[in-house]
Amino acid sequence: MAEEWNPKIIAIICNWCSYAGADLAGGARMQYPPDIRAIRVMCTGRIDPLFIMKAFQDGADGVLISGCHFGDCHYLEGNYKAAKRMFLVKNILKNIGLDDKRIRMTFVSASEGAKWAGVVEDVIKTVKELGPSPLKQFEK
Amino acid sequence: MAEKKEARIGVFVCHCGTNIAGSIDVEAVKEYAKTLPNVVHADDYQYVCSTPGQTMIADAIKEHNLTGTVVAACSPRLHEPTFRMATKVGGLNPFRFEMANIREQNSWVHMHDREGATEKAKDSVRIAVAKASLLEDLIPKSVPVEKAAMVVGAGVAGMQAALDLANAGIKTYLIERSPTIGGRMSQLDKTFPTLDCSQCILTPKMVDVGRNTNIELMTYTEVEEVEGYIGNFEITLRKKARGVLSPDEAEAKGIVGGGCNGCGDCVDVCPVIKGNEFEFEMAPRKAVYIYHPQVVPNLYTVDFNTCIKCGLCVEACGDKKAIDLEMVDEFVKVKVGTAILATGYDLFPIENKTEWGYKKYENVITGLEFERLICASGPTGGHLIRPSDGETPKKVAFVLCAGSRDNTGVGKPYCSRFCCMYSLKHAHQIIEKIPGAQPYILYMDIRSFGKMYEEFYYRIQDEGAKFIRGRVANILEDATTKNLHVFAEDTLLQRPIDLEVDLVVLASAVQPTAGADTVRKLFGVSCSQDGWMLEAHPKLNPCGTTTAGVFLAGVCQGPKDIPDTVAQAEGAASAASIPIHRGEVELEPYFAQCVEEKCAGCGMCVNLCPYSALALVEKEGRQVMQVTEAKCKGCGTCGGFCPGGAIRMQHFTTPQIVAQIDAFLLGGEQ
Repeated sequence: MAEEWNPKIIAIICNWCSYAGADLAGGARMQYPPDIRAIRVMCTGRIDPLFIMKAFQDGADGVLISGCHFGDCHYLEGNYKAAKRMFLVKNILKNIGLDDKRIRMTFVSASEGAKWAGVVEDVIKTVKELGPSPLKQFEK
Repeated sequence: MAEKKEARIGVFVCHCGTNIAGSIDVEAVKEYAKTLPNVVHADDYQYVCSTPGQTMIADAIKEHNLTGTVVAACSPRLHEPTFRMATKVGGLNPFRFEMANIREQNSWVHMHDREGATEKAKDSVRIAVAKASLLEDLIPKSVPVEKAAMVVGAGVAGMQAALDLANAGIKTYLIERSPTIGGRMSQLDKTFPTLDCSQCILTPKMVDVGRNTNIELMTYTEVEEVEGYIGNFEITLRKKARGVLSPDEAEAKGIVGGGCNGCGDCVDVCPVIKGNEFEFEMAPRKAVYIYHPQVVPNLYTVDFNTCIKCGLCVEACGDKKAIDLEMVDEFVKVKVGTAILATGYDLFPIENKTEWGYKKYENVITGLEFERLICASGPTGGHLIRPSDGETPKKVAFVLCAGSRDNTGVGKPYCSRFCCMYSLKHAHQIIEKIPGAQPYILYMDIRSFGKMYEEFYYRIQDEGAKFIRGRVANILEDATTKNLHVFAEDTLLQRPIDLEVDLVVLASAVQPTAGADTVRKLFGVSCSQDGWMLEAHPKLNPCGTTTAGVFLAGVCQGPKDIPDTVAQAEGAASAASIPIHRGEVELEPYFAQCVEEKCAGCGMCVNLCPYSALALVEKEGRQVMQVTEAKCKGCGTCGGFCPGGAIRMQHFTTPQIVAQIDAFLLGGEQ
């Protein structure tokens, strides 16, 4: 793998827990690598599996979904629904020949800044180990 | 989609002093923004949130005929409302604004990677511009606010909050799960540093609560279910079977002049004896009981877990017919506009720290047990005794940070905040009450941070308490004398000590009360890592939560002493009264909408909705989904599933989110 390669990782995270946790990591100046871009939704329940598939189709090397802990969802149970959809997504990825470690769902609460930093670091490390997404070779 | 007008986006990049500019090349981000599709204007400024910064946005909207704005600055959780307002001042709908978070999630976490941070900021701006290009006008929905409030927990925090709300003219439901109000403070003997008698200052407040016509006091009651949202919470309460009718309840049942008058005749005949929880089981109570003579309301309670239903109490009660041994739990629904949680604390189970021997050695007690033993209304009439033999202890060791500031994984990592001060007070009390008594305070640090607290600390030193700096390693009992050997290192003299004392008082850590977790989840309130309820902002919104209309008071939010608890309760009451006095609140217009042409009427979304906001209706001969906006909270769970893409989540539409994904990964060339 080329030394210079920086993975493209997209994080779709919920407003109430993980986005707030990510903000807290910032407030506490916890340092982590920059290879991740976050999109905010109100709840992970909003995340259509097609969003994730679209990201991989667009050449994402990894996708991180992060919401509230079970039982702590601001909308009662959106994170359960999101978690269930992850099984579907992982299955599809495997079936099309992508390593299912490229998609991860985590649960980071609004008070877990350190956990967020750790999760991001770990996701980046995992994706770097996997290398660039093989779907990239199909790009125009 | 509605936007036929070509998008014209203005981008404003904030330096935030050096907070952003220190790690990100703001100029480069601005210049990059100018190259993005739909961007017709880009600028930067030291502090975009300042008045000139906001004016800059409003002016640019008019000058460049913008259709949307993007501010690259801090987190939208901080300043989204500010910039929405600026966008509105410029003449646009406030929802035509999108924020790129380049501070909390960029400059602050990539402080040593200027290049990486700058590239990330450019991507963030590109993603935000893509969304801003597709944003639409949205109108927030105004809903009326129910002119009533609920306070959960009737310790000093809940009582103060309820009194403030009630005195502001708001009908307030005060819910308490135990049979009486008063909470922890009613168990204390004296309060530091003034040495006020706790009951003397608390009971007038308890009586006020009982008498206030705006307060509907519901003791022995728990929150069962919470529905609705700010302004319109519908809360189901479980009135636990108390076995005893109040005079009002009796009258409602046609028993004239009946109901419990607190005479206590039932207690005399009850054959069941059990430990009184209020006295930490150091005194007995019957199966029909009150905790102490000053309870509010002055009603007895039947403990159905121990009652043998012999019926002697019913006989003794006679014509008052107050006792009903067949009573069952009742469910009551109330509507309130706002709610305050004040569920308080329990002691950490200090027996988990096995090295200190609590529950193993009789003469090791907790600080709260000490309060009861030294209190004139307590089980010993205020004569401090050793539990093993009833003797008066002369040498007493106070172990501070018992389970607090403990990183072993057994105790709690946080400081419980009030144990230093109450232990100093305990030392004072034994010096005052027991001639020749010698208190030893074994501490890590003495935290006397409040008004007149440091002075109190010096006073106790002068009174002769001995202070030993060192954490107690273990405590062993002398099997014959039942005296205790406290082993520690005196870290100032740097030598190990073996201190023989008559009594050990553990200043046990505190933790959220049992059941607090259930209550907070019902109200959708998060908790911090240590389990305390999470405030909306630690500095600027310490009473609020992320659930609009729900506020926090007292120790449920984190350990605090009585003055801080009362102050927060008053703050929470004030905050909770604002929406009620305004009369209406605006809800963020993130509702689901059904695109009927695409809807196949499968009904999957109807089952997914946690709020029953969706239903299938018959339209033009087929089934389509319909949204009840008042019930929809905008989570988007339906929209994340709909196989036909027939659900539009306003402000988080599929095209908007896909545009963000594409903008990041395809470079915005779409």
